[in-house]
Parts: sequence; C-alpha cells; structure tokens
Amino acid sequence: MWEFIFDPIPKRPRNPVMYGGVDTSKPDDSAPPARSVPAFDRISRRRQGRFMSRPTEGVAADWIDVIIRIRDHRDETAFVTLFRHFAPRVKAFLMRSGADAALAEECAQDVMATVWHKAAQFDPTRASVATWIFTIARNRKIDVLRRQRRPEPEDLPWGPEHEPDQADAIGLQQESEHLGEAIASLPRKQRELIEKAYFGELSHTEIAQQTGLPLGTIKSRIRLALERLRHAMDRS
Amino acid sequence: MTINHHLTDDLIRSYSAGILPEAMDLIVATHISLCDECRAALCAQDAVGGAVLERARGEAVSDACLDRTLALIRGSDRAAGPARDTRKPDAPHDPVLPAPLRDYVGGSADAIRWRPVGMGVKQAVLRTKGDAKARLLRIPAGAAMPDHSHRGIELTMVLKGAYSDADGRYARGDIEIAHEDLHHTPVADVGEDCICLAVNEGPLRFKGILPRLAQPFLGI
Repeated sequence: MWEFIFDPIPKRPRNPVMYGGVDTSKPDDSAPPARSVPAFDRISRRRQGRFMSRPTEGVAADWIDVIIRIRDHRDETAFVTLFRHFAPRVKAFLMRSGADAALAEECAQDVMATVWHKAAQFDPTRASVATWIFTIARNRKIDVLRRQRRPEPEDLPWGPEHEPDQADAIGLQQESEHLGEAIASLPRKQRELIEKAYFGELSHTEIAQQTGLPLGTIKSRIRLALERLRHAMDRS
Repeated sequence: MTINHHLTDDLIRSYSAGILPEAMDLIVATHISLCDECRAALCAQDAVGGAVLERARGEAVSDACLDRTLALIRGSDRAAGPARDTRKPDAPHDPVLPAPLRDYVGGSADAIRWRPVGMGVKQAVLRTKGDAKARLLRIPAGAAMPDHSHRGIELTMVLKGAYSDADGRYARGDIEIAHEDLHHTPVADVGEDCICLAVNEGPLRFKGILPRLAQPFLGI
C-alpha cells in the first residue's frame, strides 16, 4: 500500500480556487518552485541570519528558498507550495501512527502552521526542510496521539549572532539528498522496514532486536551525514 | 568534559521515531544536552526520518484543510506580528541539571524534593507518563546503592560526582545501560555525593528483605 515514489508528483485532480489572492492552482503542487532570483542573494539578514546568503543546488536547497520566503516575506504562495507537498505526507505519517483521517488532517494543519510560525528557527546546517518538518510532525504525534510531554535536549549555546556556515549547509543538504537516494534504491521490503522504524510502527524492543534492520547501504550515508553534523557543531 | 559511556544507536533511533515512554525520552534528551556526539547521531537519525517523509506517498488533503491552515496563520500573524526567532534563551546554565530536567524538577538542583530511601540514599520521583519511571538519586559519597536487578532495561546517567560498579566508572554525562536481570551495586566515589537520573522500564527487584519491604512505599 505504501510505497516510495520516485516521481514525486501526485496525479490528483485539483480544484483551481483562489485563496484570498493566493493562486493555488499552480501546475505543480509537489516540487519546490524553480527560483527566478537566487534566494540567498536576495536575502541576507544578519540579525536573523540563520540562513546562507548564496545559492546552493538541488531540491533540498529549493525548499530552503521556500522557507526563506515564508520567513522574510510571509509569502503565502510559497507556503501553499510547501503545504501541497508536505501536508499529504504529514497526514499519511500521522495515519500510520494510528490517527483517523480527520485527526491526521487536523494535525497536519497544525504542523504546517508551526512551520509558518517557526520559519526563523530553521537551521540548514543541521537539517533539511523535510527533516525539520519530520521532527515537528513527530512531536505533534507524541503530543496528540500519545498524550505525552516531549523532553527536548538543551539547545547548543549559540548566540543570536550565530551565522551558519554556508559550506556546512550545502554539504548537509547534499548529504540529505544522497541519503534519500540511498533509501529509495533499497529493495522494497527493506524500504518498508525502514519506513516502519522511522514512522514509529516498530516498538523500541523491535528496533533493538532488529539486527537485520536493513541499514546496510544507508549506514554509510548516515555516517557521512553524521560527520557533516559533527563538523558543523564543532564550528558553532 | 569527556563522556565515555553513550546512548546506543537503537535508543537514539527510537527517540527520533518518537516511540519511547516519556521517562526514556527524558534521559535521552538529558544525555544529548551534554553530549555532542549523541546530538549529532540524533540529527543523523532525524535525517533518515526526513528522507522517508520526503519520499513517502501522501494521503490526499482537502482544499478546506488548506483554507483552514491559511486562516490559522493569518489570524495569528495579525495577533503576533511577523516571524521572529522567539526561542527564549535557555535559563542560566545549571551545573547539575540540564534544561530538560529543570523542566521536570521545576527549577535548579536546589528545588529537588529529596525523600530518604534508606542507607543515606535519597530519591525524587519525577512525574512522567507511560511504562517507564524516572527518578533522581542521591548517593552519599563512598556509599552504595542497594543491590538490585530489574525487569526491562535500566538507564542511569550521572549528573554530579561519579560512581563505579562491576562494569566501570561513570562520571557526569556518562550513561549506563543495564539489561534485564543484571545485578549491580553502584558505589559512589568518595569525593562527593553522586546525583544520577535513573530510568527503569519495569519495577526494581531488590535482593535484601528490607529494601523489598520498603519498595511499595518508595514508588520504585
């Protein structure tokens, strides 16, 4: 039932409605929009400087561009693009964790609104946009479905002047894409097991006993991502 | 600070997946607060979660849902103004309790409400939901914890001082992962009292008769 999609453009009928001036009938609701002007050139605010100021490459970087437009310009068109791509995935994630369709949709709504509000907290040296949204969705799941508090680690003592290193950010975004490709290239059964583990469908005991959790090829990718992150943290 | 004893990959992965009982989440978050190595490992695990989310097939979301979300963000932007990084700086650094623990204690180490459990050992049970229990332990310098074993795993993290048992020596930041039925008797270093965070999946089983009788009253 659940499969990874390699062509991430869902063929769904769309309702060409205008949302208060925001055109939601854009032809492609699933990929980040191509940039006309490199976002990192346009936007370099030192005080809020949690982003790079020059362009990177790849889809992961395009999503960063979308987050910057949300952060700095409260750009609803950018938000709708992000919503159309991620809200269905967040909804699916929550349904797999046991939420019914209505609750999952309500949570997806909250998750996407959180993305809007917390856009200034996103740090591209530490996560891709997909990873950041994954963590918000997971925390929402723990809150709503498991009715538990979620203790989070103390933040690193980064001052407001912390300027993410661009090389770290580019490296991390590229690493995220490679990681995604590595997962996509796994045999189907293995991919499904990875999905189950990260979508919270296995218990801790099951994960601990999964000597065969097929991390094989992605293990080296995880290790590379880990090294990037270590490096980024050392510099901060 | 050098940390020698770390979280296991499967604990970090489970924390990332959000499937642990609250008490286990608490000890994982507390360790990561002090340990850059495990913090990086968590980011890497989250990255796998992100990659899985990115490539997952979605469930159709209604346009009404988008409408409601847009209404939500417009409404709160009017109320709160544009996006700012609204995170509060962490409370002044506490030499004993990292931020996640301060939230549960309701302040710094002075705010811990210790209860004696015998032989000079004190504890404070922290309020968490789910199948695991979290408590702070204070073992007097040079003293031993009552010999015990447990069902499920027991995680112990040192916050102040140090202790040793058959498996090694544990100082601030170190986490010991003891598996089911391991009998161990941690002994605190002589220099100062040892404060730990201990999390158990199942109830403890003490060897001696007295601690066993006392157990129901101690909530452990």
